[in-house]
Amino acid sequence: MPAERVVRGVRKVGATTLAILQRLGFATRFFAAVVWHSPQAFRRLQLTLREIYFAGVLSLVIILVSGMFVGMVLALQGYDVLNRYGANDSLGILVALSLVRELGPVVAGLLFASRAGSAITAEIGLMKATDQLAAMEMMAVDPLARVVAPRFWGGIVSMPLLAALFSTLGVFGAWLVGVKLIGLDNGAFWGNMQAAVDFREDIVNGFIKSVVFGVIVSLIAVFEGYDAKPTAEGVSSATTRTVVESALTILAADFVLTVFMFRGVGV
Amino acid sequence: MNRATIDLWVGVFVLIGIGALIFLSLRVGNLLTTSNAPGYRLEARFDNVAGLKPRAPVKAAGVVVGRVERIVLDPQTYEASVTMRIDQGFQFTRDTIASVLTSGLLGEVYIGLDAGGDSQMLADGGRIAKTQSALVIEKLIGQFMLDRASAAPDK
Repeated sequence: MPAERVVRGVRKVGATTLAILQRLGFATRFFAAVVWHSPQAFRRLQLTLREIYFAGVLSLVIILVSGMFVGMVLALQGYDVLNRYGANDSLGILVALSLVRELGPVVAGLLFASRAGSAITAEIGLMKATDQLAAMEMMAVDPLARVVAPRFWGGIVSMPLLAALFSTLGVFGAWLVGVKLIGLDNGAFWGNMQAAVDFREDIVNGFIKSVVFGVIVSLIAVFEGYDAKPTAEGVSSATTRTVVESALTILAADFVLTVFMFRGVGV
Repeated sequence: MNRATIDLWVGVFVLIGIGALIFLSLRVGNLLTTSNAPGYRLEARFDNVAGLKPRAPVKAAGVVVGRVERIVLDPQTYEASVTMRIDQGFQFTRDTIASVLTSGLLGEVYIGLDAGGDSQMLADGGRIAKTQSALVIEKLIGQFMLDRASAAPDK
C-alpha cells in the first residue's frame, strides 16, 4: 500500500497549499475592504484618534526605553571594535546608520507588533467571540468601518512616529555612552555622523520602511482578530499568530526593501 | 478616559514623533548642508578612482562643495568618468585640477579640487580636463621595490 500512502501525502500537500492560498486571498480582499470602508471611518475621526492613543501613546514607554538601551549597547560594542582600528570618531556614523536604516524601523516594528498588534487582535477577536461584531451588524453599523478601519489606520500613523522616536532615543543613548561616558569628542561624534548620513538615502528610506512595517503589522493584527475562531482558544492562538507572522513578515520585508534601497550605496 | 485627554495625548505623541523626524533629518542627517541644495554638474575623467564611491564628498581646500553623483567606466578610453554635483555658489576655473585623495591612511576617499588662475569658469555639464588619479598603494610599493632592485648594484 505504499502508493496509497504517497497519494495521501501529496493530497495533504495540495490541501495545505490551497488553504494557505485561500487565507492569503481572504486577507487581500479583507485589506481591500478595510481601505474601502476607511472614508466612512474617517468621518468619525475620534475613533481613529482613540486608536492612535492605544497603539501609539501607550507604546511610548517601551519604545523610548528600548531605543535608548539599544543605542547605548551599540555604542559600547561599536566602540570596542572601532577602537582596535583607531576609528573611534566613526562611532556616531556606526550608530546613526544602523539605527536609521535598520534597527529603528525593524525593532520598533517588532516591539509594536508585540505591544499593540497583539492587543488589537485580542480585542477584535474577543469582540467576535462575544458576538459584539454580529450585534453591530444587526444595528446596521458596519464593524469594518466602526472597529477595524480605525485600528488599522491608528497603527499606520503610530508606527513611523514610534520608529523615528526609537532612532532618536538610540542616537541620544549612544551620545550618552560615547561622549559622556567614554569621552569621545562631541564635535567629531556629530560631525562625522552628519557627513555620512544622507537625508534622501538613509532617513527617507528608513521612514518608508517604518510606514511599510506599520501597514504590515496593522493589517495582520486586524485580520487575525477578525478571522479568529470565536472561542477563548481561537483568540489566544490568533494573538500568537499575529506576533509570529508580524515578526517574520517584517524581517522578510526588511530584507527585500534593503536590497532595493541600499543596492547602489557604497558606504 | 475622556475625549479631551485622549486628544491631548495623541497631540503630544504626534508632535514629539514629528520632532524626532526633524531631529533625525537635521541633526543626524545632512538635510541642510547638501543633497537638496541647488547645484550644477561637472565631469572629470580619471585613469583610476580606486575606492571612490557615489556620494563621496568633493572638497576644495578641505571644504565640502559637493558630492560625487555617478561613476562609470568609459568603454572607449577605459577611463573612469566621474559626475559630480557641485553646490550652487561655488564656481571653479577652467584649469581646475581634480584629484582622487584619501583622508588619512584608512579614511574615506574623496575628490579634491584645486582651482587655477583661469578667468573662465566651468559651467553646468563642464569637464575638468586636468585630473590626478588615485594613489594605489600596491603600485607604489611595487615601484619602490623596483627602484631598490635597480639601485642595489650601484652600492
